[in-house]
Amino acid sequence: MTAPLLVLAWGNPSRGDDALGPLFAEALRPQAGDGAEFIEDFQLQVEHALDLVGRQRVLFVDASLTCAAPFEARALKPARDASFTTHAMSPTAVMQVYRDLQGSEPPPCMLLSIRGERFELGEPLGTAAAAHLEAALGWGRRWLAAGLDATQPAGG
Amino acid sequence: MTFDLETAAAPQGLRRVAIDPVTRVEGHGKVTILLDEQNRVKQVRLHIVEFRGFEKFIEGRPYWEVPVMVQRLCGICPVSHHLAACKAMDLVLGATPVTRSAEKIRRLMHYGQVMQSHALHFFHLSSPDLLFGFDSEVNLRNIVGVVQAHPDIAKKGVLLRKFGQEVIRVTAGKRVHGTGSVPGGMNKHVSRADRDMLARDVNQMIEWAQDAVNIAKQLHAQNPALYDSFGSFRSNMLSLVRADGALDLYDGVLRARDAKGRILIDGASDQSYLDLIEEEVRPWSYMKFPHLKSLGRDVGWYRVGPLARVQNCDFIPSPLAEVQRQEFVAWGKGEPVHATLAYHWARMIEVLHTVEVIKDLLDDPDILGGELMVDGIRRGEGVGVIEAPRGTLIHHYRVGADDLVTMCNLIVSTTHNNQAMNEAVREVARQYLDGNELTEGLLNRVEVAIRAYDPCLSCATHALGRMPLDVALLGPGGELLDHVLKTADGELVRDLAAPLGLPG
Repeated sequence: MTAPLLVLAWGNPSRGDDALGPLFAEALRPQAGDGAEFIEDFQLQVEHALDLVGRQRVLFVDASLTCAAPFEARALKPARDASFTTHAMSPTAVMQVYRDLQGSEPPPCMLLSIRGERFELGEPLGTAAAAHLEAALGWGRRWLAAGLDATQPAGG
Repeated sequence: MTFDLETAAAPQGLRRVAIDPVTRVEGHGKVTILLDEQNRVKQVRLHIVEFRGFEKFIEGRPYWEVPVMVQRLCGICPVSHHLAACKAMDLVLGATPVTRSAEKIRRLMHYGQVMQSHALHFFHLSSPDLLFGFDSEVNLRNIVGVVQAHPDIAKKGVLLRKFGQEVIRVTAGKRVHGTGSVPGGMNKHVSRADRDMLARDVNQMIEWAQDAVNIAKQLHAQNPALYDSFGSFRSNMLSLVRADGALDLYDGVLRARDAKGRILIDGASDQSYLDLIEEEVRPWSYMKFPHLKSLGRDVGWYRVGPLARVQNCDFIPSPLAEVQRQEFVAWGKGEPVHATLAYHWARMIEVLHTVEVIKDLLDDPDILGGELMVDGIRRGEGVGVIEAPRGTLIHHYRVGADDLVTMCNLIVSTTHNNQAMNEAVREVARQYLDGNELTEGLLNRVEVAIRAYDPCLSCATHALGRMPLDVALLGPGGELLDHVLKTADGELVRDLAAPLGLPG
């Protein structure tokens, strides 16, 4: 059976603060129970649109160089992503692919961006990023429990 | 000697256009073009920021950790690195050949990887150009545009990709960071339930893969003038083939053909790659330029990947793909097909082949049971070569008695294609840019040529907020005349004050 909640976290665990997404998923998974599925990947791709099928709520999680510290959370709407991205897709484009493939609106999705600073290969998670992760996990626990949406404080 | 258009005779006074980074490819790359006052192209270079630090990252680690760690080299083809490392470590341990079951499960994993990678490239990254045209509206040229205009094609692409991902999951243990393959064999069989789940869908995948080959073929048939000439040039080709000359993506011997299709090297052991291939450093590029040692740098460079593999082999050992290969070869009218855009056609023939192989392997009881591991007498050194989605991938390790890696050398597929991609970009510059005012559509042609190779520029890192395009125009005196940035949502912003990209 499809779990009603999905946490989709991405990043490269061997590239410093890029590990924030996978580390978030790893830390939250034991606290989540059967109601939530956690998927980790290096980056978002078209097939992730199919992972949204049958969910009540979805949380995308990634490291960000540009968000405010320690993290930002916002609700997402499907959007035609006009950028020439690399192989990686944006969460809103994944939602748009869902909409076009399924012929219906995707489940409510939020993006949790955790502030990172350094993304070099072989570096461990930075001290600041580790603190940002802890703060984000607190928010993540509340998201799992209560279904936070963009109208509630991001908690930063 | 330098290659034509590689280095301008008098670069001073020429204006410079930079496409930085090249988009819809993996990692970081940049094209710089030098033009004179009449817009005549004088120099074109593709700079790829290859990350060589990865080898140092591996050295000092225990050998058994390497097949997992190398997956972090690339977010697009981690399985290829996983298996190339395992093949090398099998040799380090003297654990060869691996058992029949282990070899078949690894092969299943690898063919699933190639299938999903090719499907992503064709349907997601290239079909927008191919279906809408190189001059089409920027907003259309992405997968979302394809979904809206051709929902059936897009859906097949997504589901083919998903199927390949599932093949990886049931063999590697997870869709990413898999641990299924280990030095000496595999650590798990395919479960009967997973096998049945895949077997239910595999015939549908074969049908869709045939549709994909037909789309690629029809594109060539509908516009042969464009498809045969765009970014086209002649080159040698290199790949693994099976000992009997069949296409083989998992294992084999090295074969190279010249531009006329004549055999240059055949039956060469992958363990002797250093006797066959030399890498040259050029001062203007971070990425090395490999060539066949026997021919030297000027004429010894070659192409790898689907275009090379489909023509290097004598036959494809699956019936439907073999019919398609014969049609592809006939297109060349007795000569090898050298067209850059023919990579897409060859890639779809390979998708069909991979699904046929997956179907056969799903019917094979060896993937459900049997010995998974072998032991051997340790020899301390090994080379693992595999045909990754983008071409020949080489992993070479030495391991000390303390189990730690003392030497690591990787030659990734995109590095093999370095000279070829530069040639493709120069050919496009000659054909389309020379003497013309630059437009977004013309610059896109440069990217179309590079994308045909599906380069994986060796960087799996990413973060929200990166700029996907940066084009700078400099005057004859080096002054900044124009600077356009493309934001993550595709908006073009003119900003003369913004910092420029990497020097080059």
